[in-house]
Amino acid sequence: MIKVNIDLNLCQSHGECVAIAPDLFQLDENDFIVWQEEVDDGRRADLEAAVNTCPMTAISIEG
Amino acid sequence: MRLVIVGASLAGLRAAQAARRAGHDGELVVIGAEPHLPYTRPPLSKELLQGRQELEDSALPVDELDVRWRLSTEATGLDRTRRRVRLRDGAEESYDRLIIATGCRARRFDGPGGGLPGVHTLRTLEDAVALRAALAATHRLLVVGAGFIGCEVAASARSLGLAVTMVDIASHPLAPFGPALGERWAQMHRDHGVELRLGVGLEGLYGDASGARVAGARLSDGSSVDADTVLIALGSTLNNEWLTGAGLELDPAVACDRTLTSTHDPDILAAGDIASVPAALAGGARVRVEHWTTAAEHGQLAGRNALADHAERESHTAPPYFWTDQYDAKIQALGCPALAEETPLLELAPDGTRLVAACVREGRAIGVVAVNAARRLAWYRRALQTPQPLGELAAALAQDGSSLGNPGGARR
Repeated sequence: MIKVNIDLNLCQSHGECVAIAPDLFQLDENDFIVWQEEVDDGRRADLEAAVNTCPMTAISIEG
Repeated sequence: MRLVIVGASLAGLRAAQAARRAGHDGELVVIGAEPHLPYTRPPLSKELLQGRQELEDSALPVDELDVRWRLSTEATGLDRTRRRVRLRDGAEESYDRLIIATGCRARRFDGPGGGLPGVHTLRTLEDAVALRAALAATHRLLVVGAGFIGCEVAASARSLGLAVTMVDIASHPLAPFGPALGERWAQMHRDHGVELRLGVGLEGLYGDASGARVAGARLSDGSSVDADTVLIALGSTLNNEWLTGAGLELDPAVACDRTLTSTHDPDILAAGDIASVPAALAGGARVRVEHWTTAAEHGQLAGRNALADHAERESHTAPPYFWTDQYDAKIQALGCPALAEETPLLELAPDGTRLVAACVREGRAIGVVAVNAARRLAWYRRALQTPQPLGELAAALAQDGSSLGNPGGARR
């Protein structure tokens, strides 16, 4: 499993990660990010794209 | 295989990372004109100027990327026959595949007084450091150009308590978003104390009595504005001179197909500001998107595609996305607002602070602009991939039932 962290001090709700993997990342009613914290290894490419496209470099992955 | 990337900003970095991740184990050279490792530019006009971030916060993580960096090194020419990039210091780098990511630089004002001390542009880290130091000793800032950079710096300067005048030859700020929304941006800046001078151009800048530094500007309507610091925010110029005579198709950016491959040479790709790429929302016309996200997306794709044969390369399909933060407004845009003829409201929250407007050309939505509505924008990313009759988009919105609110009885 891959662990997904989002630094909420950095996140500005651009929604890039939501566009890349809407099943793993969503914006709630107040435009705050909610996300799946443990993700299957098969989704590594999507997670890396989210990390590399986040304008705030708020997303990091481990494992 | 020897991969050379010219440009060490976001697109160049993302290309290098993607190439390594995709298994490139040959040589990888990144050539950058600036002395720095890659950094992110959006905070330079906002958090950094406002003192909420420091210089080191702008650095982009480079990790243990196996790259030979050639920084402070400007590319001056391209010889496709010999597959070499010529460098300012007389050296050359040979390539098997080349990614062009040299981007843009700030356009300067070459009229009278453009070279006076106290006249700034904002593009690089050095520019931001110089402007931040200048603002600390500034009472009156003049911003010439009410585009993204101009508006963001005006907002940052107001947050620092400076008197700010912003001038633009257009009738409203953020011209690419059209006149209807422009009234809203103009009011937002006025509400925050910016003196807006719209529909007037800059004739020239004048110095103080000793001529040692800028003291103000003469405008095209015969008036003048006193200022102790001036920001010239008149857009950007492509760093494409080094490609002159190389036999690539320049429009004047590097003309590419959807795979970011240059139209005349399958061994050369381009990414970011300097890539001109067909976009579905522009009806398949090539567009150049001078914004952060496109640079990041292009870089990732170009890095992977450079390893593959042309026929195997993937296409870039994500619609252009860009944003600006001014005061308490996050303005996000999708698609091609600059090509729109009108921008009718699709959604408006009851309190008027959040909205989504459609960007419409020939009856079709080709983009949206959202204010403080990030979640709604995510909906349009799915709903609007190609030009769509406005009525169909409105019907899909009505059926979805997630709108912020009806823009009002005046429009049906």
